[in-house]
Amino acid sequence: MPGIADRRARGLLLLVLLGIVAAAGLSWLQAQTAQRVREHEARLLLERLREVLPPPERFDNQPALDRLLLTDPRLGSKRALPVYRARRNGRPVAAVLTVVASGYVDEIRLLVGIDAGGQLIGVRAIRHRETPGLGDGIDARRSDWIRQFAGHGAGAGLALRRDGGDIDQLSGATITSRAVVKAVRAALAVFAERRAELFASTAGSDGLESPP
Amino acid sequence: MTDANATATLRGGLWDNNPGLVQLLGLCPLLAVSTTLVNGLALGLASLAVMTATSTSSSLLRHWLHPDLRLPVLVLLIASLVTAVDLLFRGWFFELHLELGLFVPLIVTNCVILARAESYAIRVAPAAALADGFAQGLGFAAVLGGLGALRELLGHGSLLQGADRLFGPVAAGWQLQLLPGEHGLLLASLPPGAFFGLALLVALRQRLAQRRRAAAAVPET
Repeated sequence: MPGIADRRARGLLLLVLLGIVAAAGLSWLQAQTAQRVREHEARLLLERLREVLPPPERFDNQPALDRLLLTDPRLGSKRALPVYRARRNGRPVAAVLTVVASGYVDEIRLLVGIDAGGQLIGVRAIRHRETPGLGDGIDARRSDWIRQFAGHGAGAGLALRRDGGDIDQLSGATITSRAVVKAVRAALAVFAERRAELFASTAGSDGLESPP
Repeated sequence: MTDANATATLRGGLWDNNPGLVQLLGLCPLLAVSTTLVNGLALGLASLAVMTATSTSSSLLRHWLHPDLRLPVLVLLIASLVTAVDLLFRGWFFELHLELGLFVPLIVTNCVILARAESYAIRVAPAAALADGFAQGLGFAAVLGGLGALRELLGHGSLLQGADRLFGPVAAGWQLQLLPGEHGLLLASLPPGAFFGLALLVALRQRLAQRRRAAAAVPET
């Protein structure tokens, strides 16, 4: 039976060794999984972009890689937000803007696909925490509500019916519906105003890195 | 370890001393993540893996543990194993990890884990500790899954929504729509629904346990 001092020394040694083993093991595991995580992220981004881009035969670049970071307070954030561009033979086909709407609970992050003529191809909510059963209808997996934006331009029709437009609101979620409409209008306004800049050459593209 | 012991351990984790329904430990993830059966099950399985691994490894280290240093060693051990499970979870169940978000790393704060490691695993042989960690984890996963199923059924009228995120593409068509979804009980999906649901499960377990005790006390004639 080892003495008390001995046991304490052994305990300390164990703590130190365990720390070293844990640090080494975890860094190894992180290196092993990092590649998988990157692949998942890229695949998820592609799946999401596909829903707000024109059919793949209409463009010949890789929009997920043709990325630009745009800072414009009208998009709902002071931070830079990614814009993905689709081109054919180098000419603009569509752009996908990321917009932040202020929802009922928290921020709603939207992808807004706009074709070169300024018409909406599609809108999808990619991150939100809206009330289940009410506001979460903005999620394309929960209801078709958000699909009605497709084909709209920046005209007067792009507003809720009760505000004089022709977008049906989600029942019981006026605040959520209005926030999404407002953010989509903001995206269209920024697109119209900064169009040339949005489709500027690919030189500024910085791949899939996350914004700073 | 004898079979009778193993059965008692398993019974303890699932029923007599269930972490969620009797010890009422680890309620934070239990209440937050149990919105659907699949979400509950996923976090339950991650907790099960962590509990089995921490109980077994604490038992293996028990001869080197000095009382003064027991807590730091166990905390370091639990934190490392949770981080490992979190990394694996993110690599293999990416979409589910996005949805469960912070709650996978937060398994580290689940007091059931430290409680079982400190009060039981460091006093017994590895086989018994493994059985106990597994049984307690299974009991916790069962409550998470059960509460998730209850809330999903009442809130959305469905079961196994998003099963493909846990079981792979095979499970894409597993979702069962048992009741019309549009008239679901909204309360069940909201946070208060988690409290009501858990209370119902605790009451149900108490009732069954009481009835069994009463039956045992009055021998049949």
